[in-house]
Amino acid sequence: MGRFVLRRLLQSVVVLLGVTLVVFLLLQLVPGDPVRVALGTRFDQQTYDALRERSGLDRPLVVQYLSYVGHALTGDLGVSFRSGQPVTSIVLERLPATGSLSVTAVLFALLVAFPLGVLSAMRSGSFVDHAARVFSQFGVSVPDFWMGIMGILLFAGVLGWLPPSGYVALTDDPAGWASHVALPAAAVGLVTASILTRFIRSSVLEVLAEDYVRTAEAKGLRRRVVIVRHVLRNALIPVVTVVAVQLASLVGGVIVIEVLFAWPGVGRLTYDAVQARDYPVLQGAVLFVATLFLLMNLLVDVLYARLDPRITLR
Amino acid sequence: MSAAGDRASADAGTPGGAADPSTAPHPPTRADLTSPRPVDDHPPTRAAEAGTLRRTLTALRHDPPAVAGTVVLLALLVVGLAGQWLAPAGINDVDVDQMLRPPSGAHPFGTDELGRDVLSRVLVAARVSLQVGLVSVGIALAVGVTVGLLAGWYGGWADNLLMRGMDVLFAFPVLLLAVAIVAVLGPGLVTAMVAIGVVYTPIFARVTRASVLAVREQVFVRAAVSIGTSDLRILRRHVLPNIAAPLIVQTSLSLAFAILSEAALSFLGLGVQPPAPAWGRMLYDGRGFITDAWWLGFFPGAAIFVTVLAFNLVGDALRDVLDPRQLTVSEARRSTR
Repeated sequence: MGRFVLRRLLQSVVVLLGVTLVVFLLLQLVPGDPVRVALGTRFDQQTYDALRERSGLDRPLVVQYLSYVGHALTGDLGVSFRSGQPVTSIVLERLPATGSLSVTAVLFALLVAFPLGVLSAMRSGSFVDHAARVFSQFGVSVPDFWMGIMGILLFAGVLGWLPPSGYVALTDDPAGWASHVALPAAAVGLVTASILTRFIRSSVLEVLAEDYVRTAEAKGLRRRVVIVRHVLRNALIPVVTVVAVQLASLVGGVIVIEVLFAWPGVGRLTYDAVQARDYPVLQGAVLFVATLFLLMNLLVDVLYARLDPRITLR
Repeated sequence: MSAAGDRASADAGTPGGAADPSTAPHPPTRADLTSPRPVDDHPPTRAAEAGTLRRTLTALRHDPPAVAGTVVLLALLVVGLAGQWLAPAGINDVDVDQMLRPPSGAHPFGTDELGRDVLSRVLVAARVSLQVGLVSVGIALAVGVTVGLLAGWYGGWADNLLMRGMDVLFAFPVLLLAVAIVAVLGPGLVTAMVAIGVVYTPIFARVTRASVLAVREQVFVRAAVSIGTSDLRILRRHVLPNIAAPLIVQTSLSLAFAILSEAALSFLGLGVQPPAPAWGRMLYDGRGFITDAWWLGFFPGAAIFVTVLAFNLVGDALRDVLDPRQLTVSEARRSTR
């Protein structure tokens, strides 16, 4: 167990170093002078020199990289080309919006996927099972932003029940937040739900085929007791980890939905940074998300090894 | 959907029947892609290859969703090749008298905010989607397979170096990395292809490497090594044909994801540039009129959905026939965000 965690930790550190290298090199790939590109056409020599000096682009590449990693380690991701604000605080400011959207989407997905997945596994081949398959095939093929547009059309346009876009902080006005988060969360959650439905179904089917389930049934336990005590308890261990991975991938992955719904999260920040050619902010957001993603994956692996000791033997 | 039993093998096994060892009970971590799969214990012959092909086609013919998917894909191919001749109007025929008209006989999909015919634009945009999908997956396939072959065959430090590199690319959410690459290189058709290609390379590298590891120890490969056959010839003649099945499956599923990614990029204005039409971009441009002109939001999105669905249906069916142990499409979809 300890050795497994240590090995995964070391692997993650190596990958994280690689990630910083990729993010650092992004700036080098900008054709021409990134500072000039960022400033556009209206700037004077003084502004240019100041920004150029601060970005450290005139130093040797290796020095630049080492200093980038060094600063990143202390939580310093540079300053925005546009506002001069520290990138770290700009990114962290956006976290509540993205976090609340992602968590809501995953909860919505679970609400749909859990009953659907379990039921379709228990009644394999039934109408419910077929419906679940059609649903999940639909969900993995549909672009979430198209679902978002259709949702706006129906619930904001035709019915007028929900606002078409915008954001209210959860801490300011919970009811307002809920009405604003419903559509984007449902659009994202639908895709996640179809993924989870398939996974829960296979996981439950897998456990249903186990000898101990047959034994439990043979000794006369009621179906419900068998399902709850024996099947679900075991089938849901892998599901917990998949949910965590899904959540992690949403934090950096809802760019399009955040743009569509004017949701001021990390994805929207990335988009704005691209539009404004604010490269430090773009780098910072990408590095932040990738790091979070790595940490979540590490956490999932460790959590899983704890829940299921067999895993470290592989 | 077909009868339950047909497709169950790919999802989890039927209750009471043999369970699929690759889908559970552990979570589908990305490492699952590297689980070795069984390989026939004899080198492929032309007859055997022809047999596989026939078996695949027969199986696909008896799978209604796969037939539907194939028909749609063929139709798309025609539209992609001949879109501008099939289109009833020019894609940039601006007509201010006909702005935002709902679907009618003259304009079956309605007109947009400049009075352009939406049907024509949807038809012509099919080419961009298919082009980006095919080229980017082609890049991912070529680079990924090369990396996977080298890593799996030579092992040691080459394996370590190459696969850690792939791990790094895998550490980014797909769309985020694609957006970052396009942002840096400048938006456009070619950069979108490159970005999506880069993003999907690690999957191919992992699938290839895992399959090579399984084939490498087979008797016919060791025999070839022992009689001094060159590495290149072994890889081409003995290894590649034996790892083709998972690669074909991965390719067809990746096409679906690549088209979704292209739509997302072009929605963000980072794909093919106006006035050329792209489905994602049309949705973005139409979002200001969503509640007034539903057809602007509906038809381009439906086109994306139908295309992706067709690739997924064919990919799923191919997997069931060629490589039933490979991860399900839903698990792979984790990597589209």
